[in-house]
This record gives sequence, structure tokens and C-alpha cells, in this order.
Amino acid sequence: MDFIAILSIFVLACFVGYYVVWSVTPALHTPLMAVTNAISSVIIVGALIASAAAGSTWGKWLGLLAVVLASVNIFGGFAVTSRMLAMYKKKERPAVAKH
Amino acid sequence: MEHVAVNPWVALAYLIAGVCFILALRGLSSPTTSQRGNRFGMIGMGIAVVTTLVTHVPVTTTLIEGYDYAALIARIDYVAALEIVAAIAIGAVIGITTARRIAMTAMPQLVAAFHSLVGLAAVLVAAAAFLNPIAFGIARILVDPLSGTPLAYILPVSRIEMGLGVAIGAITFSGSVIAFLKLNGNMGGAPIMLPARHVINLSVLAAILALVAYFTVDQSPWVFWTITILSFAIGFLLIIPIGGADMPVVVSMLNSYSGWAAAAMGFTLHNSAMIITGALVGSSGAILSYIMCRAMNRSFISVIAGGFGSAPEAGAGGAAKVDRPWKRGSAEDAAFLMSQAEQVIIVPGYGMAVAQAQHVLREMADKLKEHGVRVKYAIHPVAGRMPGHMNVLLAEANVPYDEVFELEDINSEFAQTDVAFVIGANDVTNPAAKTDKTSPIYGMPVLDVEKAKTVLFVKRSMGGVGYAGVDNDVFYMDNTMMLLADAKKMVEEIVKSLD
Repeated sequence: MDFIAILSIFVLACFVGYYVVWSVTPALHTPLMAVTNAISSVIIVGALIASAAAGSTWGKWLGLLAVVLASVNIFGGFAVTSRMLAMYKKKERPAVAKH
Repeated sequence: MEHVAVNPWVALAYLIAGVCFILALRGLSSPTTSQRGNRFGMIGMGIAVVTTLVTHVPVTTTLIEGYDYAALIARIDYVAALEIVAAIAIGAVIGITTARRIAMTAMPQLVAAFHSLVGLAAVLVAAAAFLNPIAFGIARILVDPLSGTPLAYILPVSRIEMGLGVAIGAITFSGSVIAFLKLNGNMGGAPIMLPARHVINLSVLAAILALVAYFTVDQSPWVFWTITILSFAIGFLLIIPIGGADMPVVVSMLNSYSGWAAAAMGFTLHNSAMIITGALVGSSGAILSYIMCRAMNRSFISVIAGGFGSAPEAGAGGAAKVDRPWKRGSAEDAAFLMSQAEQVIIVPGYGMAVAQAQHVLREMADKLKEHGVRVKYAIHPVAGRMPGHMNVLLAEANVPYDEVFELEDINSEFAQTDVAFVIGANDVTNPAAKTDKTSPIYGMPVLDVEKAKTVLFVKRSMGGVGYAGVDNDVFYMDNTMMLLADAKKMVEEIVKSLD
């Protein structure tokens, strides 16, 4: 991909992000931060490439350390988000069947 | 371009991962779809990780020979593969254990700690890419004309991306560490002001940008490492002058930075999943910072400049008005007033969470409902220590989310409400924000509790002032009854009196 192609993805994704985030209900802003935390650890992709590459011992160990850190974040972030989301309940009403 | 040819299926997989992340955030538009959204996030991450593992199997040599899988399998480095799996497993154990054990009141610290990990991981990845650029497909082998030794020449565009990536990552890391220490109480919340800090900060920032520019013509290690060290320093310098009251903005801002760091690395790796995620997280943090600033009527620049909530101003404002008359009420009075009411609006603040009163508060609401009282909760955007924190704390206490309202949705109802029950909140109810132009909180949107027929104000003592250090006129109004006690004990007594 050339630079302009990636830049296009980036700019469009910023607009998507803007509209998607404004539609998040304020009640869920804390889970939003936890889940964005988890997904920003997609940086693990770079860490995995570094730790799989031969050619630089330092590069490999830095990569492995980054894998550990990003993986703490991924598992921790998704787990804590799902723990929080499970607590949000509606008023107890007689169950209405959906669909 | 010199980049390694990308298999279109691989690019497609990363794109699908990116779309899953968009759907993850989209799911958070309502609590009913949020769990599904979170699962989309996990699926996206799974796709991204598996794709990378499959396409970057550790091999014993760096040569890339297209897609000859037989040759590839013969070169697999199993020890390295095992190390990678072990690294993921270690992270998983630490992450899941922390996520299970953490108290909901400690969420802001946890999020700050997680941000610091993203920042540090970005720094490490950028450093690894700098040390081994061939493996990342961002360099060309050139032979030095003088000595005849081969040299990995990093593409100038990649150098900018890498330089920015390491800088943002390092700022995110050191800034988040300070935010964590302040939120966790290891470091005082009061701002630490260095003399001439604006000059220092601006020159360090300018130096970083100049070095990133210089990096494009000189890829010497000293340039890269100086950028890294200066960025660690500026992250630290930027956050220490910011007071505890502004921490919600800081946490949101660091959230944004962690996204931009991921995006910068995505540019380096030409990876659409990372770029999409970076843009999403970056805008998310920026929007949350904006919402928090608006809720405090502060400009983003003034928050970043720091210094708000320093001790001396606070003492002066509070002392002048100490001798005004106020009414004290008992738990029985409060119970009687509320049980006779048609509608009660509870205004919780962080003080409620500190006293761990949310569970007994929900019991009180249940008792009131048995008396036929309508109970609602009003949440100010900056109640709690991070955006949406109070909502999570109430949800944990099994308060149904459809009884919890945001400021703009409920503010007009106070005038038709019999009792406003303020617990652990102060500044967010202060009418001075609407009337007193000299007040430090003037212009901040506040909950109009004083319009309710009766205000019950639970507070530890009359002496303490809120975060902003200003006195609250609501305390001295005719229709206000002060309930001076520990929040939890007071609510427990009210619950007893309601029986």
C-alpha cells in the first residue's frame, strides 16, 4: 500500500471514530475507555512481528516484552469491560419476549 | 515502494479486524448491545493476532522467499514460537487476574495503568523496528560505498512515522505513570509547579519535533534514543502540574494519545487494523476530553497548562463565609421527608463511592419505592474520577440504568421534585456557577438541586470544601437540611427509619 492509500484509511477512520464515539451513551463512557484501551493494544501486531524476526537479538527481546505488555492489556481490557457491562441491568419487569 | 509484497488475503483479514473494532465501539451506544460489541472487539483482536502469527512464523533466517510453504516450514524456529506463545500466556494471566480483582472505585487507576502499557509497548515496537528494520519491511539494503559493508537504509517516510510513534508512545507511558500515581494516592493530587515550566515544556516539545525532522536525514541511533528520552521526560513534565480535579481530562487525553501511538505504528507497518484502531481510539479520547472540559467549563489548554486546585486559593474562599446559619437534620427527618415525597432525585458524587455507600443507597431507594416514591438518579458528567465512573459504580450496586439520568436530561425536573438527596457531591450542585462571576467554577453546568422543594445534603462536616475549594450556597438555604455524618452510616440509619 502506498502512503496516500494508508493516509486515506486513516482520515476516513478518524471520521468514523468521531461519529461512532459521539453515539456512545455517556453512561458507558468508562467501559468505552476500557475497551478502547484493549483494542489499542492491536499494537501487539508489531510486537509479534518483532519477536518472530531473526536478525536482531535486542529487537526480538524488546518485541517479546511488548507482546507481554500488549497481551496484559488485551486480556485485561476486554475482561474488565465485560465485567462492567454485565453489571448494567434494566429495571426488573415481567420478561417481554423479543422477536 | 520498497515494502514487502502483501498477500491480499492478509490485508483483507486486517481490514475485517478493523471493522470489528468499529462495531465494538458502535455496540456501546446502548447497554443492551454493549456485550455484543465487546465480543466483536475480541473477535477483531483474535483475527489480527492469528493473522500476524500465521504470516510471521518465526524462522531461522530473514530471507523472504515468497509463499513457498514447504521451505518455510523447514525453517520454522520452534523455540522462538514457544517464546511468543509463552509471552502471550503470561500477559493473559496477569491481565485477567487484574481485571477480576480490581475494585470498581479503582477503575481510573487501572485505566491509567493500562494506558501506560500501550505507551510502553509502542516504544518497544518502535525500538525493535529501528533495530531490525528489514524484518518490518521498512528498509532497503545499501552497500556503503566507502567500507563496502551492507547497511539497512530506513525509508525516510518510515523514519518520520517511527519517530512520531516512539515519541507519542513515550509521552503516553510516562504521563500515564504519573496519572496512575496521582489517582492511586501514591503521589499527592496537588499540582507540582516548576518555575518556567511552560518555557521548559515548549522547548522540549520543539526539540523533539526538530529531532524527528533531523531523523529523516540521519538515522544514527543517538537521534532515535534522544527522541525517546526527551519524550519520556515531556510526558512526566506535562502531567505533574495538573491537579487531581483535572485527572478525568488527563485520563481521557492519555487514552487519545495511546490511540495515536498505535496509529503511528500502523503507518510504519502499513497495517490497516492498527490505523483504524488508532483513529478510533484517538478520536474517542479526544471527544471524552472535550466532554469533560465542557462539563467543568475549562478550556483544554488551561487544563493542560495545569495548576488548578492549588491549596492557597481554597483556604481564602472558604474562611470568609463560615458563620452563616444552616439547618441540621437527623436520619429520621430525612426518612420522613422522603417517604412523603412523590419524587426523589438522588445526586451522587465521588464521596459516595469513597464511603462505599452505593449499595446501601440502592437499598434506601428500594425502600422508598415500597412507599410509592419515584426515585431517580442525576449524574453530573464530572462526578467520579473518570468519564462515566459514577454510572459504573451505581450499576455495580444493581441500580437499574434506566433510573440513572445525565445532567441535561434531568435538570428541568428538579423544580417538580419534592426531595433532592445530595450525597458525596458538592461543586456540581453549587449555584455560584450560575450567578457568581468571580467564582472559580463560574460557567460550569451544575445540577439545579436548589429548585427542589427540599434539599437533603449528606456531608461529613461543614468545614470541608469541594475539589474546587469554594463554599456552596445550597448549604445555607431555608429549604436545605444538612445531614452531617459519614455517608454510609447516614444512609444506613435512614434505611432503618424507613422500616
